Amino acid sequence: MHEQLDLTKLIFGRLSWEAIPYHEPILIATFIAVILGGLVVLGAITKLRLWGYLWNDWFTSIDHKKIGIMYMVLGLVMFLRGFADALMMRAQQAFSFGDAHGFLPPHHYDQVFTAHGVIMIFFVAMPFVTGLMNYVVPLQIGARDVAFPFLNNFSFWMTTAGAILVMASLFVGEFARTGWLAYPPLSGILASPDVGVDYYIWSLQVAGVGTLLSGVNLVVTIIKMRAPGMDLMKMPVFTWTALCTNILIVMAFPILTATLAMLGLDRLFDTHFFTNELGGNAMMYVNLIWIWGHPEVYILILPAFGIYSEIVATFCNKRLFGYTSMVYATVVIMVLSYLVWLHHFFTMGSGASVNSFFGITTMIISIPTGAKIFNWLFTMYKGRIRYELPMMWTVAFMITFTIGGMTGVMLAVPPADFVLHNSLFLIAHFHNVIIGGVLFGLFAGVNYWWPKMFGFKLDRAWGVRSFWLWTIGFWFAFIPPYILGFMGVTRRVSHFEDPSIQWLFRISLFGTLMIAAGIACLLMQIAVSIINRKKLADTTGDPWNARTLEWSTSSPPPDYNFAFTPVVHDNDAWADMKKHGYQRPRHDFLPIHMPKNTWAGPVIPGVSFVMAFGIIWHMWLLVGVSFAGLIAVTIYHTFNYKRDFYIPADDVLRTEEARTRLLEAHV
Amino acid sequence: MSEINATTAGAAGADASARYYVREHHPENGTLLGFWIYLMSDCLIFACLFATYAVLGRNYAGGPSGAEIFELPTVALNTAFLLFSSITYGFAMLTAQKKNVKATLLWLAITGVLGACFLFLELQEFAHLIHEGNGPWRSGFLTAFFSLVGTHGLHVTFGIVWLVTLMVQVGKHGINGANYRRLSCLSMFWHFLDVVWIGVFTYVYLMGVLP
Repeated sequence: MHEQLDLTKLIFGRLSWEAIPYHEPILIATFIAVILGGLVVLGAITKLRLWGYLWNDWFTSIDHKKIGIMYMVLGLVMFLRGFADALMMRAQQAFSFGDAHGFLPPHHYDQVFTAHGVIMIFFVAMPFVTGLMNYVVPLQIGARDVAFPFLNNFSFWMTTAGAILVMASLFVGEFARTGWLAYPPLSGILASPDVGVDYYIWSLQVAGVGTLLSGVNLVVTIIKMRAPGMDLMKMPVFTWTALCTNILIVMAFPILTATLAMLGLDRLFDTHFFTNELGGNAMMYVNLIWIWGHPEVYILILPAFGIYSEIVATFCNKRLFGYTSMVYATVVIMVLSYLVWLHHFFTMGSGASVNSFFGITTMIISIPTGAKIFNWLFTMYKGRIRYELPMMWTVAFMITFTIGGMTGVMLAVPPADFVLHNSLFLIAHFHNVIIGGVLFGLFAGVNYWWPKMFGFKLDRAWGVRSFWLWTIGFWFAFIPPYILGFMGVTRRVSHFEDPSIQWLFRISLFGTLMIAAGIACLLMQIAVSIINRKKLADTTGDPWNARTLEWSTSSPPPDYNFAFTPVVHDNDAWADMKKHGYQRPRHDFLPIHMPKNTWAGPVIPGVSFVMAFGIIWHMWLLVGVSFAGLIAVTIYHTFNYKRDFYIPADDVLRTEEARTRLLEAHV
Repeated sequence: MSEINATTAGAAGADASARYYVREHHPENGTLLGFWIYLMSDCLIFACLFATYAVLGRNYAGGPSGAEIFELPTVALNTAFLLFSSITYGFAMLTAQKKNVKATLLWLAITGVLGACFLFLELQEFAHLIHEGNGPWRSGFLTAFFSLVGTHGLHVTFGIVWLVTLMVQVGKHGINGANYRRLSCLSMFWHFLDVVWIGVFTYVYLMGVLP
């Protein structure tokens, strides 16, 4: 009997039927919905015989364009999950006053706010940003793919494996109840003995590998694969911000990996990195995690700045004002982002001099950021502004982000921070900059590059509806927390006693519902555009009269991006080409050297997922087997030396002739 | 610019558009740069572990100090194994440049054996400490010590697995472009581990035995 028990433990670890939350009606309803929805999707794929197409043309694809789109699909799906969490929190706080306790018990509520933060940063903002960079950067620099196409596919699937782990925690076990950065000792084994924190650690470790490698990939791509003539100061601003962001990824994510590994060791092997006893030091965790965490903020916002720069120049029909200062501002922000981490915990008690240092460096960052805002404004000045959707999001960003930036400078003043620390003021501030900066930037970027990706524009009417609902709803949702923060209301609270503040939470809920309507309009916008794709079609490849190289090729671009590699003589290369009456080459094409698809890209992350799941549940047999499998598959993969092929010149000719016909038919 | 003009389309003078594209363009291979950048990110993991050791390294919590448990002669021998393995890897690269498969394999094998000796001594040290009750759970100092030294050891282990894989591949395909690139990457990895070890030896062991 005893032996049998041990065997069960070896195989199943601490996983048992109790881990399935069948006593939580919300989760059961969600679970049933997910299963039904999943069955419909899987059934439809099977019925339409799409599995082969998906596997061959998408999952194993090393085409940076398809990987970019897959990243964004992942981001969108996770965005809906993250927003559902937000809606639940807002609803809970609007009603949980006095005798009413709302519909979420604290145990569940704590998981919801943790999952919301983790998902929105790691599995929404990151995949979206990485996806856009993946899609746009090679096209902007005139390259045919990234430097390491296999790694690119692999990175995407590692990120996805991490996302699936977070989703799995919803139905098998539970997620962390610690807040999105899982400070010890709360996240230590004594205070959080269950699997929640382990899900947190291992989903981020798996996804972190993907993020790091995609960072390395894009840095090398930008350094090594630019078209001839494109020296660094002729790179489009989006490529510049992508370069800085990926340098930040390479320099920051190892710190997260190391920190979470230490936390994991504390939990698994009883070590003393961050414990309260035997020489551990919990504040070291807080320092380390923010040495990653602050650059992470700039990893997200810098590409958004790049998107706005492209859009402002395009929709004002002008060269970007102050290109050089824009580049230097980006680089300065990149460097300074490493010198400010302590402003996240002024209250740690480092003393006046340390706090002053970090307060001042934080305030200094607002100088290059302000320079950028002025550059965009001066680009608009005397420009012929076209208020298309991307430009509308850009203007909304400039207003929203400036206000969010100002509340950030308020928090940067250490004495003020002692009052505002951990309050809803802080929550309002960072939503103000992340939604107003990163998310608006992503909406702007998706509206801007969508025609390039799919060959048709997004519907304007639904886009405008989404825009106004989002921008107005945002202020309804986040002005109240500013006020509540000044009143001293702290974050992460699921129940209040004082009924006099309830109306503010209700206004906030109203704003969140407006945002929900905005998201519905966004989905409608995509659906309507797909239905009307013939009417919205972009036959020119350059629907916005834009300025950079990605618009010189067709929409969507052919697999090889450019039949011949472009040569750059000016920044705004495509504007320069158009000015000089550039004609596409029409014949004498050559075979094009391209990388082959990969099965290992999805398979290795699949095995990593199994291993991470095993570690979370202490299924040590599974961990051993999957670890051995991981090594074996990886080594087997390295024995494949035939990773490329040639697209024959005839195929290139056929593709290019089709484009010529399309262009001539729509003159 | 001369490179660009030289390769533009044949009728360059006649067609102004030809200055905007090249018919053949082969960007440089970025594998070595990419791997080097990856190594620098790995270096940051070690930086975190060193920083952790700096913070926790004297938190003995009533347990032993470095002076009490470090056996410098063993560690010196260990250091010698690793440093010599870097030299032998250098010889492997020199012979690989001359496409001498047999000599390359021999030097790689010697490198691997030296690496294995290093690992053996390190594991023996760990086993001894754990046997004495001084495992990583004993104190903050030992946690930091085991994680820093152990992470380095884990890297050496993967380096050896990689080295054996590469030996098979070099034996099978000879020293072609791809294999030479792989050898160069492993070379960087191996020397990098050597540099990290010098930091470990100095900062953990030599400074650790100071009062």
